[in-house]
Amino acid sequence: MDRLRQTITEAVHGQSQPTVTVLSSLLAVQDAIGYIPKEALEEVAAFTGKTVNDIWAVASFYPNFKFEPLCQHTVEVCWGTTCHLVGAMPVMKSVLDTAGLREAGDTPDKFLSVGYNTCLGACSQAPVISVNHRLVGRVSPETAARRVSGLSALPKPEDGHGQ
Amino acid sequence: MVLSYQDINAQAGSRWRSLTSGNLPWVRVGSALCGQAAGCEEVLDALESAMERHGVEGNVSHVGCLGLCFAEPLLDVQFPNGPRIFYGNVTPESVNRIVSVHLREGNPVTPLALGFLSNPDAAAGEEPPEGIPDLNLHPMRVLEKRIALRNAGNIDPGDIYQYLAVGGYQALHKALTSMTPEQTLEEVATAGLRGRGGAAFPAATKWRFLSGSNAPVKYILCNCEEGDPGAFNDKAIVESDPHTLVEGILLAGYATGAAHGYIFIRHGHDGPIERAREAVQQAQELGILGNSIFGSDFDFELEVALTGDSYVAGEETALMDAIEGGRAMPRYRPPFPAQVGLFGKPTNINNVKTLSYVPEIISQGGEWFAGIGHEQSTGTAILCLTGDLNYTGMVELPMGVSLKDVLFNVAGGVPGGKDLKLVQTGGPLGGVLGAEDVDLLLDFEVFRNAGAILGSGGIIAADEDTCVVDLTRALIAFCQYESCGKCFPCRMGMSHLLEVLERICRLEGGAEDLALMRNIGENMQAGSLCGHGQLGFNPVSSALKYFGDEFDAHINGRTCPTGRCLASRYSPSQTRR
Ligand SMILES: Cc1cc2nc3c(=O)[nH]c(=O)nc-3n(C[C@H](O)[C@H](O)[C@H](O)COP(=O)(O)O)c2cc1C
Ligand code: SF4
Ligand code: SF4
Ligand code: FES
Ligand code: FES
Repeated sequence: MDRLRQTITEAVHGQSQPTVTVLSSLLAVQDAIGYIPKEALEEVAAFTGKTVNDIWAVASFYPNFKFEPLCQHTVEVCWGTTCHLVGAMPVMKSVLDTAGLREAGDTPDKFLSVGYNTCLGACSQAPVISVNHRLVGRVSPETAARRVSGLSALPKPEDGHGQ
Repeated sequence: MVLSYQDINAQAGSRWRSLTSGNLPWVRVGSALCGQAAGCEEVLDALESAMERHGVEGNVSHVGCLGLCFAEPLLDVQFPNGPRIFYGNVTPESVNRIVSVHLREGNPVTPLALGFLSNPDAAAGEEPPEGIPDLNLHPMRVLEKRIALRNAGNIDPGDIYQYLAVGGYQALHKALTSMTPEQTLEEVATAGLRGRGGAAFPAATKWRFLSGSNAPVKYILCNCEEGDPGAFNDKAIVESDPHTLVEGILLAGYATGAAHGYIFIRHGHDGPIERAREAVQQAQELGILGNSIFGSDFDFELEVALTGDSYVAGEETALMDAIEGGRAMPRYRPPFPAQVGLFGKPTNINNVKTLSYVPEIISQGGEWFAGIGHEQSTGTAILCLTGDLNYTGMVELPMGVSLKDVLFNVAGGVPGGKDLKLVQTGGPLGGVLGAEDVDLLLDFEVFRNAGAILGSGGIIAADEDTCVVDLTRALIAFCQYESCGKCFPCRMGMSHLLEVLERICRLEGGAEDLALMRNIGENMQAGSLCGHGQLGFNPVSSALKYFGDEFDAHINGRTCPTGRCLASRYSPSQTRR
């Protein structure tokens, strides 16, 4: 068994909570490797006694599931109502410009992924972004850009730091 | 290790005394989501290294939310038997001064201090610290009445003994040893407790549906999905005082004869998830969850379940599908959850806040709770104040306070001397309320009659520079993104509304667009299965009610009065999903 499959199997079988479901198994894989490869759909199907189609139905419903390997870094810009009102769009624009992207998505070199979030839960600190799942509040277009350009200086994070 | 209730309390008491009256100072650092976003991790690192450098010892606790988010990162220092001295907006540099001057030499850094809270255990007549204001006189705190939030920011949420030391699990002990399930339920009925998840349905009535069923397996679900942007009070309760919630769930289980429960949280909100899991585990270890709790014949199992990103997963039947592991899509009713719910078993769903009131209701009595608040809206409102306000944060106020007071006194009004334009309450589906109408009381009926929703307690303020059309587009974009897609009036209607609003924002709207939106809205209201589609036109209809002239300026005047919508020509439908 190759390493990817082994990691997936361990994640799926290693769930410790009493209620184990398709969704909980997919979340376990996402936590372990950061995305849901085809192998995971097969593994979860086998584990739960369902078809790959059943698993895909669930995986495709929740937008937090990714189906391609993660970029080295992930930046999310909150676009909830509060953040929108106090300047999320200029922050997004600045993050995209810094990343060299026209729209939310991955850079071609898979260095940085930029996405929206509907609410990061720290609305009192709006505008909020998250950088590799750490929250940063009260950002301006300038400080957000600095966070993003500061990322290049970091060493490559470990694979699958999850959420 | 199952200790008796007395043994557990004795342990808790001695641990608490060592924190508050031992010989070391106690430093509490706000580490809820807002604290994290404000940089509490850097502050904690700086604190640790400064304490090491200056050779000072002390107890450091991570606490949750005191509600003064605008002052995050926030920490406080308490010497044995002394008052708590709070420092707001601390930086690694100011931490260094606080450690070298306050912690090492025992003198508060007066110019940096935000306020003090006197020690409830200290002898009366204690001298307040000189030159530092009483934090209870801060506008955000004067009107507060903390019930569900009574421990938030005061105790370490990761330590069950601290919760026990401040009276935790006494209500459960009282119910299990001296009250029948029916009496417990009756107390909640007397309290007039109504659901805080949106619909304000009487909790006891819902519990009766469940207690009336003698099925062998029944469930109590706690809804902490909280997808409303601008609301974070459910997560803040779980992060600040998870045991209050666990105790509330246990009491609901006892009152209804249910022995199984789930707390349901969105994946990715690591702070609340970890706190909830830790609390469940600690309660299990002390025998407060499990079999024969406190020696009674009451058993209860509690688990934390996660959903993927989905707003509609917060709808009660969609939530059950998500726990079962499927797509979070609302179910048809009947059958109602109280008959056929999670895994086909009778089920009751309550919001985090609703359940978090229950321990105090049992401790202090339903009459006491019913005596707080306004008419049919008993108790308090737990509000998240965000947006264009001077003091952003979370407050717990008695129902009946006026929203105007909340905005202009509690939250300190709009920054920069600007005028308030509108507030957006109750999540995106709640729509907007124009500034001229904010003089209404915190009361479910008063809000409903005004066409607004108090709902989850998110109050988002927008100043005069806000473009209403742009805001409406943002709210509808959220609703479009989050439609689960089960029924087409909602799925197609939201997309269509967004398309029309986009075109109005680009100043390309036509004369017929308002009528078109109304038509779509009516169809959504009539033909949608769940509240998402049924209420999904609210953002547009409420905006039209107050700011029709602004839509007119966009459509007929071909101009945006604030210039805001031109600045953000983003179509979220292209960039999301
Ligand atoms: C689209 C939609 C989303 C909802 N989201 C939540 C939520 O995040 N949290 C919540 O407590 N209730 C939410 N509700 C309301 C729940 O369906 C349910 O009424 C509530 O959890 C019951 O708790 P309560 O009686 O204590 O208020 C939502 C309803 C709808 C229609
Ligand atoms: S036509 Fe509509 S209902 Fe039919 S499969 Fe397509 S989306 Fe679903
Ligand atoms: S109204 Fe919307 S969110 Fe609700 S079930 Fe229908 S499609 Fe899903
Ligand atoms: S709206 Fe941005 S963090 Fe909640
Ligand atoms: S101080 Fe708590 S959520 Fe802000």
